[in-house]
Amino acid sequence: MKGKAADYLILDPVSGTYHENPEQAVRDDVEKHYWLNVGRTIVKDWRLYVMLVPMLLVFLFWRYFPMYELLGCFKVTDSVLPVNEQLFSGFSYFKRLLVSGDSLSQNFWMAMRNTFLLSFYGLCFGFPMPIILALFFNEVRSNAARSVLQVMTYLPKFMSTVVMTSLVALLVKQGSIIGEMGIVSQALVKLGLISEEVGNAGLLNNPGFFRGIYQISGIWEGAGYDSIVYFAAIIAISPTSYEAAQIDGAGKWAQMRYVVLPSILSTIVIMLITRIGSLLNIGYEKVLLLYNTKTYMTADVISTLAYRTGLAGGAGTGIASAAEMMNNVVGMLLVIGANTIARKAANTSLY
Amino acid sequence: MKRKLEISELIFKILSYFLLTVFALMCLYPFVYAVSASISGSHAVEYSEVVLFPKDIQFEAFSSMFQNNMFWNSYSNTLFLTLYGTVWALGVSILGAYALSKKRLLFRKTFNFFLVFTMWFSAGIVPQYLNYLQTQRVFQSVGIMDDKWLVVIAMGMAAMNIILLRNAFENVPSEIEEAAIVDGATEVQVLSKVYIPMSKSTIATVALFFAISRWNGYFWARQMISNQNEHPLQVFIRLQLEMYTDPDQMTGWNQVYAPDSMIYALIVCSIIPILIIYPFIQKYFAKGANAGGVKE
Repeated sequence: MKGKAADYLILDPVSGTYHENPEQAVRDDVEKHYWLNVGRTIVKDWRLYVMLVPMLLVFLFWRYFPMYELLGCFKVTDSVLPVNEQLFSGFSYFKRLLVSGDSLSQNFWMAMRNTFLLSFYGLCFGFPMPIILALFFNEVRSNAARSVLQVMTYLPKFMSTVVMTSLVALLVKQGSIIGEMGIVSQALVKLGLISEEVGNAGLLNNPGFFRGIYQISGIWEGAGYDSIVYFAAIIAISPTSYEAAQIDGAGKWAQMRYVVLPSILSTIVIMLITRIGSLLNIGYEKVLLLYNTKTYMTADVISTLAYRTGLAGGAGTGIASAAEMMNNVVGMLLVIGANTIARKAANTSLY
Repeated sequence: MKRKLEISELIFKILSYFLLTVFALMCLYPFVYAVSASISGSHAVEYSEVVLFPKDIQFEAFSSMFQNNMFWNSYSNTLFLTLYGTVWALGVSILGAYALSKKRLLFRKTFNFFLVFTMWFSAGIVPQYLNYLQTQRVFQSVGIMDDKWLVVIAMGMAAMNIILLRNAFENVPSEIEEAAIVDGATEVQVLSKVYIPMSKSTIATVALFFAISRWNGYFWARQMISNQNEHPLQVFIRLQLEMYTDPDQMTGWNQVYAPDSMIYALIVCSIIPILIIYPFIQKYFAKGANAGGVKE
C-alpha cells in the first residue's frame, strides 16, 4: 500500500461519510502486479516481441558492446586480457593526450584541429552549394532538361569512396619517369593556379592542398544529391504564393526574397543544425584513402590517428580509445545540443 | 499578362543554366575520362593526349584484368556480400521496424531510444575493431570460418533505415490491419500481406540504401577479411591502386596500356552495374533523401 489514506477514501459531500475510491484501488493493483501484467501482455503478444529480438541483438552485439570496449580507455590495456580484467589506469591516457606535450599529444591536438577545420570548411563551402544548386534548378523551366541535369549531378553520390578517391589520386597524380602529372593538375598549371613543380610533386603529397581537395571532392560527390531536399521544398511552394506576390508587384528578385527563401528557410535551418551536430563526425574512410605520411599535418583526424595508434602498430588500443572517447563525447554533446535547438527553434526534432 | 524580364533576371537565368551545365558536366567528366583512359594507349594516357576521347585504342587493360582470377573472385565476393548483406539487414530491419511501429508495444520509447542512441554516439574505430575480433573468435568457435559471414551479419545495420521503415509502417491506416485481423490474419500475415505491400516504395528505398552501402563497403572488409581470395571488389581496387602507383612497380613497365589504364578499367567495371540500374532507382533515392529529415 503506497498511496496516502486520503487517496483511498473519498468524502461523500451528501451523506458526510467516507467511501473507498475504486479508481485508486485499481491503480494500486496495477502497480502491485506491474511486472506480472507486463509478462502476461508479452506472452499473449509474443510474436510481436520475437520480431523485435533480432534487431535488438544486432544492435547490442555490434553497437553497444563496442561502447563497452571503449572503456578500455580507462584501463591499462594488455591485449591478452579481456577488458573487465584489465587494471584501472584512471585518466592517465587522457592526461597524456591532453597535457603531456609529447609527440602523441602534439599529434592529438593537431588531429583535433584538423577534424574541426575540415568540418568547419565543409560548413562554409559544402553547405551552401546544394542550396544554390536547388535555386538554379528552379530556374530551369523545361522538365526534361532539369531531370537530365539532376540525374547527372546525383550520380557521383553512388560511387564508392574507393572509386572516388582512386579517381582523385589519378587525376592529380605526380609526374614520374614514365609519364606526366595527372590531367587535372595539368589543367591547373595551364590556368596558372599552381606551378609546374607543385603539380609534378603530386597534389596529394602537398599538405597545403589536402583541405581543398577534400572539400572540392566532397562538393563534387554530394552537392547534387543534397540539393534534392531543398528542391523538394521549393517545388512544394504553392503557385498561388507566386501569383499573390506578382499581383503585389513583386519582380523576380522580390519573389525569391519574400516567397522562395522563407519557404525553404526551415529546411535550411534543420540541415544546418544537423550539420553542426555532426561537426566532429568526419568520414574517416575518405581521409584514410586520401592522406599519406606527407600530409598528416593537415589531413590527420582523430579517427585516423586512433586507427594508426590502435590498430596499425602504434602506442596501443587504450590510448587510441581515449582519443576516440573524447571525440565521441564532444560529438554527442553537439548532436544533443543541436537537436534541442532544432526542437525549440524549428519545432522539429531531428530524430 | 506576361511581364517582361528585367535584365538582371535574364542574367540570373542564363547564369543558372550555364553554371548548372558546367557543374553537371564536371560531375560526369571523371567517369567519361576513366572510360576513355581505360581503352587508350600507354603513351597517350601517360602524356595527357587523352582529354575526352580515347586515343590509340587498345583493350589489353580489360583483357588482362579479365584474365586475372582475383578480379573475378573479388567480383563474386562483392555480389555475395551485397546479396546476403542486403537480405539480412533488410529482414532484421523490417521485423524490428514493424514491432516498433505498433503503439501497443510495451517499452516502445525505451526501444526507440536504444536505436536512436547509436546515431548519437558510436564507439569509434578501435573499440569496434576489438569487438569484431571477438565476434570473429566466437564465429570461428561455432564453425563459421568464412570471414564473409562476419561482414554480412555483424556490419552494415543502420538505425536511420529502421526509422524510415518504422515511419512508413506507422503511416499505414490501422483500419486495414483491423480488417485483416477480423478476417483471421495472424501477426505474420498482417505484416506480409498488409504492411509490406503497402510500404513497397520505402522498402525499395531502404533495400537500395543497404545494397549500395554493401556494394561500396571497403574499410571493415579490408580490416576483417584476411584471406585475399575473399576480398570484395573495393578492396581489390584499392590494393591494385596501391600497387600500380608504387614507383618500383612502374620501372619495368612495358605494356601497351598504362598502369593507370588498369585502374580505370577496374573503376569502370565496378561502376557499370550501378550505372545500369541507376536510371531505374534514382527516383527512390530522391525519395529517401527527402525522408532523411525525419521527425518522430
